[in-house]
Amino acid sequence: MDITNYVVLAAVLFAIGATTVLLRRNAIVVFMGVELMLNATNLAFVTFARMHGDLTGQVLAFFVMVVAAAEVVVGLAIIVTIFRTRRSASVDDVNLLRG
Amino acid sequence: MFPWLTALIAWPLVGAALVGLSALGRSRTGPASAGVGLARPLALLFSLVEVALLVGAFAAFDTGAAAEHQLGATYAWIPQIGVSYAVAVDGVGLLLVALAVVLVPLVLLAAWKEQGRDEVRLRRFVGLVLLLEAFMVAVFCARDVFLFYVLFEAMLIPAYFLIGGFGQGAGRRKAAVKFLMFSLGGGLIMLAAVIALYFLGVSAGVDPSRAFLVDELVAVDLGTTAERLMFVGFFIAFAIKAPMVPVHSWLPDVAGNATPGTSTLLICVLDKVGTFGMLTLCLPLFPEASRWAAPLVIALAVISVLYGAIMAIMQTDLLRLVGWTSVSHFGFIILGIFTFTPLGTAGSSFMMLNHGLATGALFLVAGFLVSRHPEKSQKIADYSGLRSVTPVLAGTFLVAGLATLSLPGLATFVSEIMVLVGAFGGSPAGSAGWAIAAVPGVVLAAVYVLLTYQKIFTGAPAAGLEALPDLRLRERVVAAPLVVGLLVLGLVPGLALTYVDAPAEQSVALTTVDEPADDATQMGSDQ
Amino acid sequence: MNDVIGLAPWLVGLPLIGAAILLLGGKATDRWGHWLGVAASAASAVIGFILMFRMIGTPAEERSIDHHLWTWLSAGGLDVDLGIRLDPLSLTFVMLVTFVGTLIHVYSVAYMDHDPHRRRFFGYLNLFVAAMLTLVLADSYLLLFVGWEGVGLASYLLIGFWDTGRPSARENAVAAKKAFVMNRIGDMGLIAAMALLFAGTGALDFGTTLSDDAVGSLSEPTATAIGLCLLLAACGKSAQFPLQAWLGDAMAGPTPVSALIHAATMVTAGVYLMVRSGPILEAAPTAQLVVVIVGAVTLLFGAVVGTAKDDIKKALAASTMSQIGYMMLAAGLGPAGYAFAIFHLLTHGFFKAGLFLGAGSVMHAMDDQTDMRRFGGLSRFLPITWITMGLGWLAILGIPPFSGFWSKDGIIEAAFMPVEGQPWRAWVFGTVAVLGAAITAFYMTRLFFMTFGGRRPRWAENQHPHESSPLMWWPLVFLGVGSAALGAVLGIGGTFVTWLEPVVGHAEHHEPVLPVPVIITATLVVVVLGALLAFRMYAVSLVPEEAPRGSVLTRAARRDLYQDAANETLVLKPAHGVARLVQVGDRDVVDRGWGALPQAVSWFGAAFRKAQSGYVRSYAAGMAGGVLVIAVVVWLVAGLGGAQ
Repeated sequence: MDITNYVVLAAVLFAIGATTVLLRRNAIVVFMGVELMLNATNLAFVTFARMHGDLTGQVLAFFVMVVAAAEVVVGLAIIVTIFRTRRSASVDDVNLLRG
Repeated sequence: MFPWLTALIAWPLVGAALVGLSALGRSRTGPASAGVGLARPLALLFSLVEVALLVGAFAAFDTGAAAEHQLGATYAWIPQIGVSYAVAVDGVGLLLVALAVVLVPLVLLAAWKEQGRDEVRLRRFVGLVLLLEAFMVAVFCARDVFLFYVLFEAMLIPAYFLIGGFGQGAGRRKAAVKFLMFSLGGGLIMLAAVIALYFLGVSAGVDPSRAFLVDELVAVDLGTTAERLMFVGFFIAFAIKAPMVPVHSWLPDVAGNATPGTSTLLICVLDKVGTFGMLTLCLPLFPEASRWAAPLVIALAVISVLYGAIMAIMQTDLLRLVGWTSVSHFGFIILGIFTFTPLGTAGSSFMMLNHGLATGALFLVAGFLVSRHPEKSQKIADYSGLRSVTPVLAGTFLVAGLATLSLPGLATFVSEIMVLVGAFGGSPAGSAGWAIAAVPGVVLAAVYVLLTYQKIFTGAPAAGLEALPDLRLRERVVAAPLVVGLLVLGLVPGLALTYVDAPAEQSVALTTVDEPADDATQMGSDQ
Repeated sequence: MNDVIGLAPWLVGLPLIGAAILLLGGKATDRWGHWLGVAASAASAVIGFILMFRMIGTPAEERSIDHHLWTWLSAGGLDVDLGIRLDPLSLTFVMLVTFVGTLIHVYSVAYMDHDPHRRRFFGYLNLFVAAMLTLVLADSYLLLFVGWEGVGLASYLLIGFWDTGRPSARENAVAAKKAFVMNRIGDMGLIAAMALLFAGTGALDFGTTLSDDAVGSLSEPTATAIGLCLLLAACGKSAQFPLQAWLGDAMAGPTPVSALIHAATMVTAGVYLMVRSGPILEAAPTAQLVVVIVGAVTLLFGAVVGTAKDDIKKALAASTMSQIGYMMLAAGLGPAGYAFAIFHLLTHGFFKAGLFLGAGSVMHAMDDQTDMRRFGGLSRFLPITWITMGLGWLAILGIPPFSGFWSKDGIIEAAFMPVEGQPWRAWVFGTVAVLGAAITAFYMTRLFFMTFGGRRPRWAENQHPHESSPLMWWPLVFLGVGSAALGAVLGIGGTFVTWLEPVVGHAEHHEPVLPVPVIITATLVVVVLGALLAFRMYAVSLVPEEAPRGSVLTRAARRDLYQDAANETLVLKPAHGVARLVQVGDRDVVDRGWGALPQAVSWFGAAFRKAQSGYVRSYAAGMAGGVLVIAVVVWLVAGLGGAQ
C-alpha cells in the first residue's frame, strides 16, 4: 500500500478540522476541530518518520499529544467558565478582545 | 583620594532609597502626621549633606587647571562592549553640579507645604526629587558617552513622574507625556549616533574596552560625512532638551502644568544638559561638523531669543511665561557656544549657572504667589495691586525679574554681555549680524518682566486678594540665597569665571585646530 | 591727591549702604529712615567737596586718576576692572549729583511728610544717587552701563512710586514701564557699541578705548557705527528725539523725583556719555553731525511742546528735553562745544531743579493741582517760591548775568562756528539755537506768569495757598542762588572751560560766522520779544480757565506733536502684529506640527484596529488564509526555481 495515502488522509483530516474551526460556532465543536487538526498533524509526522526512517517525527507526535492533552484541560476549563458566566458556548459571543 | 563625585552621585540615591522606599508600598499606617513629620526633614537633611559634599568637591578641585577633567574615577562597567563608569568634571561641569546641588534643598523647602499631608505622596515626591538630583549630578560628571546616554534617559523617569504626578495644572499628564515623547525621540536619535560612534571609534583603533570614553574618542578622526551625521544626532537630542526653537513645544506645557519646584529643577538644571552636551560633547567630538553647522545653529539660537521673548510677552499664564523666558535665555547660551570665541563660550558657561539662579528664583517666587491665590490661579489677569498687600513678595519678584532681564550689577548681566560681545566677534559667517539681531532681546525682556510686574503688583488690589499674607520666613530663606548669589556673582563674577574661562579657551581651541595658525592665536587659544 | 583717593569708593558706597538699610530694614527704620537717607547723600557730598578741592590743588596734567578697586571680569580676552575714574568731568558731575541731590533729599523730607512710604522713597533716592555716581565715576563702558541701568531702575521705581492705592496708580505704573522700556531701546545702542568697541580695540575701559592709539585703529565706518550706537543710548536716557516720549509721562513720579532725576541729573547722562566718548565721535564726523541734528530737532521739539502744555510739570519736562537738546547739540560740535555742553548741564541742573522744586512747592500749596490754568496770582502767597522760581526763570531765559546766559550763550556761539567744507551748518544750527532761545523765553514766561501773575486767581474752591515749610524753601533758596550766580562765578574768565580742559582737550579758537556781540544782542532781542509776547498773552490779558481750542499747531503741541500716536502706529502696532503672528504660528504651525506626529501614528493604528474583530473564527480564517498564501508563494518560487 502506497505510503502517500497516509499523507492524503492526514491532509483530508486536517482540512475537515480546519473547516470545523472556521464554520462552527459552538466552542466544544471548534475544540474538536482543533483536536482533529492536531491528530492529522500527528498522522503526518508518523508517516514521514516512517518514510525517512527517522524517529524524530514519532517523538514529535508524542510532544503534540502531551501539548494537546494540556490544551484540552485548559481549553475546556475556559469554555466551562465562559459557559457558566455567559450561558452560551458560542465563540462569537466572546469578542472582548476586539480592537 | 576621596571619590567626591561618586559620593555626590551616590548620596542622593541612598536618600531616595531611604526616604522613598515606603512610597512603593501602599502603606498608610499610623496617623498621617507621624509620617509627614519624617519624609521632608529627612530629605532636606540629605540634600544639605549633599551641599557639604559639594563644598568638599570644590575644595579638592584645582582651579588652576579648570580646563582639565578632575576628581575623576574610571571603572569598567560592561567591559564586553567597552562601557565604563567614568566620572570627572571640568570647571563648567562642577558649576552645573553645584547648581543642581544648591537648588534641590531650596526646591524641597519651597515645596514644604505644597503636597499636603498625605504621607505616601510626600515620600514619593521627595524621593523622586532626590533621585533626580542623583541623575542630574551624574550626567554632568559622566565622561563615558554610553554612561552619559543612560543617565540622559534615566533622568526622564523621575522627571516624568514629577510632572505628571504632582503638578497643579489639569493638563499635567498630557504635558508629562509630551515631555517624555520629545525627550525620548531626541534620545533615540542620539542612541543611533552613540552606537555609530562606538563602531567607528573601534575601527579607527580605539581600545575596544575603553571605546566609549570621551577622552579616547576626542582624538578619533571620523571622516566628514560620518562626523556630520553623528553631530546632527547628538545635536537634535540636545536641542530638544535645551530647548531651542523649533523643538521647544514641550517646555511651555511643562512649565504651565508642573509644580514650580519641578519646573525649577527641570528647566534650570536638567535642561542645561542640552547646552552642556553641546559644549562638552558636540564641540570636542565633532569639531569640523560643529563649524559646518554653526551658521544655522546661530540663526536658530537668535530666533529662539526673540521668539521666546515675544511668546513670553503674549502669555496669560504666569508659569508658562516664565517657561518661555527660558527659551529666550537658552538661545543666548547656544549663541555663545556656537560663535567659538573664548569670551562668548565663557559667557555661555557662566550663563548656564546664572539662568539657573535667576529663573529658579522667578519660578519659585511665582509659585509662592500662586500658592497664595484662593483658587491657585496661574492667570496673570487674576492678580492686581499686590505690591501694597505683599510688599516683600513684590520686591522679591521684581528682583528675580530684574535678574531675568539681566539688569547690570546682577550676574545675569555679566554673562549676557559676555555672550553678546563675544558673539559679535565670532568666527562663523554672519556672527556679528546675528549678535546684533539678538540685542533687541534685551528690550523684549524688559517688556515681559515689567508688564507682568505691572499687571500683578500695581493698581488697585483685586477683589479677594486684599488680605494675602506676605512672604513667610521659610519662603524668604528660599529666595535669599538665590538673590544673594546673583548679586555677589554680579559684582565679583571672577568667583565663577575662574571655573569657566580655561574650559572655554580649550573648547574654542578644539574647534579651531585646522584653522591657519595665526587665526588660532587670534582666537586666544594658548592651550 | 593720593591720600584722599581712598575716599572715592565711599561716594558710591555710602548711598548704597543707605539704600540697603532703608529697603531691607523694613518698618523698623520708618521713624528715622529719611534722615539716614539725607545723611548718606550729604556724606557723599562732603567727600565730593574734599576730592574736588584736592583736585583743584593738583597740576592740570595729573587731574585724571584711575582708581582700581578689584578685577571685575576677566575671561576670554576681556579684562575689565571695577575702578573709578576721577577727573574734572566726573567730579563736576559728582558735585552736581551730590549737592543738588542732598538739597532735594532735604526738600523731600517735608514734601513726602504725609506719605506712609517715605522710607521706601528715600531708599530709592539713595539708590539713585549711588547709581548715578557709579555712572559718572566708572572707568569703563561696562561699569558705566551698570550705573546707566541702575539710574534707569531707580527712575522706574520712583516714577511708579505711587503705583498702588491711588486712582492713577495703574497709569503711574505704565509710565514707569514706558520709561524703562524706552531706555532699554537706547541701551541696545550701548550694548552694540560695546560689542563694536571690543571687536575693534579689544577692551572696554576708557583708558584703552579712548586713547589715541585705539581710536586711531578704528576705521571711520566703525567709529561712525560706534558713535551712532552711543547716540542711540544717549537718546534713550536723555529723552532726545526719537526716544523722547517717556519723559512727559515720567512726571507721574513725585515732584522731587522729577527735579532730581528727570531734570537735573539722570536725563543729562546722555550728554555725559557723548562728552566722555568725545575722541570716538571726533573720529566720526558723520556721527557728530547726527548728534547735532538730533540735538537741534529735540531742542525745537521740546520748546514747541512746552508752549502748549498747561500742566506745570509737563511744561517743565518739555523744557528739560529742549535744554538737553542744546547740550546735545553742543556735544556734537567737538571740543569747542564739550565744555559748554557740560557747563549748561551744570547750570541747568541748578535752575531746572529749582524750577521743579518750586513747582512742587506750588503744588503743595494748591492741593497737588498741576493745571496752570487753575493757578494765578500766587506771588503774594508764596513769596519765597516766587522769588526763587523767578531767579530760575531769568536763568533759563539767558538774561545776563544769570547762570543760563553764560552757558547757553556759549552754546549758541559754538553753534555759529564755521565747519570746514560745510558752510551751511553754522547758519542752520546757529539759527535753530537762537530760535530755540526765543521759544524758551515764550513758554517759560508763560509758565511763570500763569502761575504767579495775574490779578484774578483761577483757583479751585477751598484753596488756601501758603508758603511751604523751611525744610522745603531752604533748598529753593540754595538753588535760586545757584541759578543766579553759578554761571557768572564759573563763566567769567573761562574758569569752567579751563577746569574741563584736561578731559575734553583744548579747543582751537575759531571766529563764529557772525561777530560775537551781534550774536549776543540778537539772542537777547529775540528772548525779550518772546518774553514780552508771553507777558502780553498771559499776564496782561486774562487766562481762561478752560483751555481754548487753539490753532492746529497748539493742538498738536498739546499732544506732544503726536509722538505717542506716531509710536503707536509706527512701532507698537506693527510689533503687536508680529507678536500675534508668532503666537499663532507657534500654536498652529510648530505645536500642531509636532502634534501631527503622534496623530499620524494613531491614525495608522486606527486603520489596523479594524482587523482585530475579537472573533476567534476570523483570526483562524486569517491564519488559514496566510498559510495558504505562503504555501502558494513557496510553491511558485520553488516551481520557478525548478524551471531554471
